[in-house]
Formats: sequence, structure tokens, C-alpha cells
Amino acid sequence: MDIHEYQAKELLAKFGVPIPRGGLAYSPEQATYRANEIGGSVWVVKAQIHAGARGKAGGVKICRSDEEIWGAADALLGKKLVTTQTGPQGKLVSRLYIEEGTNIDKEFYLSLVMDRAKERIVVCASAAGGMDIEEITEQDPNSLLEVVVDPAVGMQGFQAREIAFGLGIEPELVNKFERTILGCYRAFRDLDATMVEVNPLVITKEGAVVALDAKMSFDDNALFRRPQISELRDKSQEDTRETYASDRGLSYVGLEGDIGCIVNGAGLAMATLDMIKYAGGEPANFLDIGGGASPERVQKSFRAVLRDANIKAVLVNVFAGINRCDWVAKGVVLAVKELDIKVPVVVRLAGTNVEEGRKIIDESGLTLQTAESLRDAAEKAVAAAKQSAAEAA
Amino acid sequence: MAIFINENTKILIQGFTGRIGTFHAQEMIDYGTNVVGGVTPGKGGTEHLGRPVFNTVKGAVAETGAEASIVFVPPPFAADAIMEAADAGIKYCTCITDGIPAQDMIRVKRYMRRYKKDQRMRLAGPNCAGTISPGRAMLGIMPGHIYERGRIGVIGRSGTLGYEAAEQLKALGLGISTSVGIGGDPINGASFRDILEEFEKDPDTDAVLMIGEIGGPQEAEGAEFARDHMSKPVVAYIAGLSAPKGRRMGHAGAIVTSFGESAAEKVEILQAAGVTISPTPSEMGSTVAGVVSKLAA
Repeated sequence: MDIHEYQAKELLAKFGVPIPRGGLAYSPEQATYRANEIGGSVWVVKAQIHAGARGKAGGVKICRSDEEIWGAADALLGKKLVTTQTGPQGKLVSRLYIEEGTNIDKEFYLSLVMDRAKERIVVCASAAGGMDIEEITEQDPNSLLEVVVDPAVGMQGFQAREIAFGLGIEPELVNKFERTILGCYRAFRDLDATMVEVNPLVITKEGAVVALDAKMSFDDNALFRRPQISELRDKSQEDTRETYASDRGLSYVGLEGDIGCIVNGAGLAMATLDMIKYAGGEPANFLDIGGGASPERVQKSFRAVLRDANIKAVLVNVFAGINRCDWVAKGVVLAVKELDIKVPVVVRLAGTNVEEGRKIIDESGLTLQTAESLRDAAEKAVAAAKQSAAEAA
Repeated sequence: MAIFINENTKILIQGFTGRIGTFHAQEMIDYGTNVVGGVTPGKGGTEHLGRPVFNTVKGAVAETGAEASIVFVPPPFAADAIMEAADAGIKYCTCITDGIPAQDMIRVKRYMRRYKKDQRMRLAGPNCAGTISPGRAMLGIMPGHIYERGRIGVIGRSGTLGYEAAEQLKALGLGISTSVGIGGDPINGASFRDILEEFEKDPDTDAVLMIGEIGGPQEAEGAEFARDHMSKPVVAYIAGLSAPKGRRMGHAGAIVTSFGESAAEKVEILQAAGVTISPTPSEMGSTVAGVVSKLAA
């Protein structure tokens, strides 16, 4: 799960990470009010969206007067900001963060990630602040410092100092740096994060260490024990199709094509999308209905898939293990009848009680197509989607 | 022989008396698996499905001589259950539980390193369908009847895609020595590399099918091992060719974050290591058959 910059900063501040003074605004009035509260003569108006590269996309504006703040807020609120990380559809800006201006002396890159190869938390830092990690590893890989944390004892002070000295921090600022890095680490560990990125981490002309931007992502599997993190979820930043499905316990990822997919198991679901591509079609979604493919779950899945207006055909691919195919088939028949589905539906069943399952589909009186193999299913679905697209045109 | 489990392996069920544990324990027993008992803290001394229940894994091991275990414990307590198995001297453990926090798994992996390599428990999973040596023992939740006994080793992240492979192999008259699920989580137990090593040593395995997916470094690591240390042919299919970068495809681990983690890059790495690629998920069986027929000639 992702959160906004201002939320990440508030969390990190609780772990002793210094952040600039700032406040949230939902309107131009609030934005100027916040700026006056903060005081000073320079402010930064920052669009809050779940994506990086906001600066280059015009989502971060430096302002020197109430009028400028009002204008920046007015321009950003309600706008879909398109950055290199949002995809072409962009992300809706409905919150702004107003921050005091910072006199930047030096900028650094700091991130903590879960390294899958090392199976540890790894802290990365670079003196090339402001650039993203891909740019750093491409342009200046030697500048990247890495420290691996032993989970038995956690990150130690000397490890944070190694980073600070490695970055060439002046000795009198090393303590502040150490506290900041250890604070980020403790936030990562205690909140079950999967990523913390402070980019840039700056030293100001006044000699302070400040997290100027912050990003955090969290482990969905650990949300059961982090209710305070779950509360930070902003559904307006998610694909509405995905929110609908995830609220119903389905694992769904929206894609660009026109063939809706309902599959059990993540691996088989990915393989089904691949097979559709090989057959010359484009999948509209990834959907894993999970272990218990009950008739109710099948029906819910149809509802989730059909919310996508682009759908020209639906492919159901269930390899029944514990479930029996006859049961799954009943669910499909029920769903197609009750939801009055107009697009062609191709059903491929395999595994336990497959014969009975196919019989139920064939004898349902509905215009369902059955398929024997994965390939057969994908080819039939692609043909059906093309035909229904042609009829619609 | 097969690897990890056979008809003689004494098997323990952790999370024995719960709804899911009970259902699958019965399926495993019906398959002929040598289930010697189970563990549910607080229910020790009772009997369930005709097998004794123990409070602790240590107690169960002392009493039954259990060597392998399967974990059905819910996510908040699953890491604890795995560490308990490791501490009790269980040799092979598979964890079915889906949804264990990644930091819990980091701690599990760190904890297992307390034991010398020859005494260290082997963990497969979590978030997998388990392990089956067809016709001998089933330590998992798969439909046992689709697996034919034979001489192909199978390693896979995904449960149902593994079923797909088993069915394709069976239709071609090819059986499986052992099929090992390693799970779809970012931090997991045994890797492709670890299991390839076991299959290479197993006299009952002629060739290995590895079923990978996007995300993580383990397929590439497996490729390197196959190239440098394996005499037996390896076939691979990688799911997720159509997956967009940065999107998580169901499995917590199925997300492309860095170079070498997309399906296309993994295929390239495997091919360069001499692994035969099944270009589509429909050709896993036929690609293995092609490789095996060359062995016979």
C-alpha cells in the first residue's frame, strides 16, 4: 500500500526524522491560510499524488506571495497530474501540501528497501540527491552506498555513520545524519514498510538536516497489525476497477485490453494473460479468484470484470483442485443468468470432476463456449472478442 | 527415492485441528501419506482424525519421530510455527499459509541460520500448494489424482500453474518424481537453485521443469546453477510476459522492480544458461517430452 508524501513525513517525524514545517490544504483558501500559519517568505505548494516525478510534471510550485499560492493551488486542485510514473491517465490531485521554503546547501539520496536476494533490509544512499535511483545506478553507480541490516539485531549506529562519512558529511553534522537514518530504519521496521525513500535528504544553508521529500510503501500482508497505516489509504489514487475488486476480496489488476479474465491462482492467471497475447488478443485485467471458487465468488468476479466498459469477451479459466468443476460450472451458469451478460463467455475447466462441469455448461441453454485446453480457451476468447467488436462497430 | 518426502516419511500437521488443516489432513491421509500426528497448542493429548494431537512440535517429534511438517497456521502466527518446526528438528517443512508479513519471513530465514547446514530445516513456501511425490506421499493441498508417478522433477511458484503442468505431463504419459511448490512470496524458503540441486542428486529424476514468474532474482540464480552444476536437462516456463512493470500480479512477489526481473529478461537469462524454454504455458508438457525423448536416444 502506498501513502502520500505528507503522511510519510508525519510518520517519519514521529521517529525523529526532521521535516520542514508544512500543512495540508484542500482549497486555495486553505493553502494561503496554511502559508500564513507557517510564516516566512517562500513556500512550496506540492500536489499530493501516489507517484513520483511530480516536479518535472509541474506538480511542485515555489511561491512567494498569497496570490502565487492561490494561483498554484487553483491550478493544481482537481487536475489529473501526468508524470512519468502515473501512466497516461494521470492521477487526480485533491490534496495539497504547503511547506516552508528550504535553503538547500546539499542534496542526498536515501532509501531503505527489502532486498529479495539478500533477504534483508538494505539502506542505500548517494550524494547524487534529487536524481532517482535508476538515474543514479545508470550514471554514477559508484556513488551508491549500501548497508545491509542484520535482522537479529537491527541497524546499528556505526552503519548509519558509515553512510554519513561515506557521503562526505562534515563531522559536526554526522550525528544529525545518523539520527535521521536510524529514524527511517525504525519507521521501516516498526511499521512493516516495504520501502522508505527520502529524496532529497538535504543539508540546509543553516546547517540543518531535513527530509525534503518522502515516500513510503507498506506490506499489505502486515496491515492486519498496522491499523494506523490502513487508515492512510487514499482510494482516489487507485484504479476504480481495482478498488471495487479489492474491497470484495479479489486480487485484480486493471489492464488496457478487451478480454476479461477470471482465473484461480496468480500464476495460472498470469499464464492465461500470456496465452491471450500469444493468440493475438489483449487482456483487460488480471483476476485471481483465490482458493475457494464458490458460485458467489465466481459471480462477484463477473461483476468486477464487467465494470470495465471495454470488455468484449470473458474468459473463465479454473483449474479445480479442492473445488470441483461441477460446482464452479454452476457458479458460472448462475452468474451469466443473473447478471444478464451480453458479451460472449468462454469457459475452460480442468481438474476434479471436469466432465460433470462441462456437461453443466453445455446443457445450460446459455451461449457459453467451452474449451478443453488453455490454448483452446485463449484462441476462442480472442476470436469471440474480435467478433463482438466487429458486430459493435 | 524422490526428494524430500516418500511413503515412509513421518509427517506432522501444524494447525491440525482447524477447518483448513482438518480438510487437507484428511485428503493427505486418504492419499496414503504417513501422517503421524498434528500440533495445535492447547489441544495436546487429544486425538484428531485418528492421530494424536500435541501441544508443541518438540513434543510431537519426541513421541512420533516426525521428520517433515506442513503448516496451515494463519498468517499472524505462521512465522512462529515455522521457527518452532526448525527448532524441534523437523527436516523438511512446507508452509501453505498465504499472507505472512515479509519482515516475519526475514526473521524466519535469519532464525534458521542458527543451525549448522547439515542440521538446518529445509523450508518450502510459504504461499504455495505444497510438495507431492506422486504415488508415495502428499504434503500439500493439490488434487493428488492429477499427478502421475514418474521421473520428471517439477519446481514452481504457483499452485494452479503447477497443476496445469502436471496435467499436461500426464496427458503425454510423463510422470513426476516430486513436485515442489516454492511459493509466490518475496521472501521465501528454498529457491529454484536449492531444489535443482536436490533433483540433480536424485536417481529417480531424469529432467526438471521449473515454472517461474516475474519478480525477484531466484529464476536467474537457478539458471546459473543449471549451467554450472547440472547434468540433467532443465526446462522452464516464465509466467507474466504480458505483465506491466511495477504492477503486482496477485502474488506479493510477482512484481518487476529491477533489471532481470521481467519475464522476457528471465527467459533470456535462462536460455543463455542452456535451459530449454517452453514458449507458452500450453507447451510445458510437450517441451519436457521433447527434451526427454532426446535423453532416450
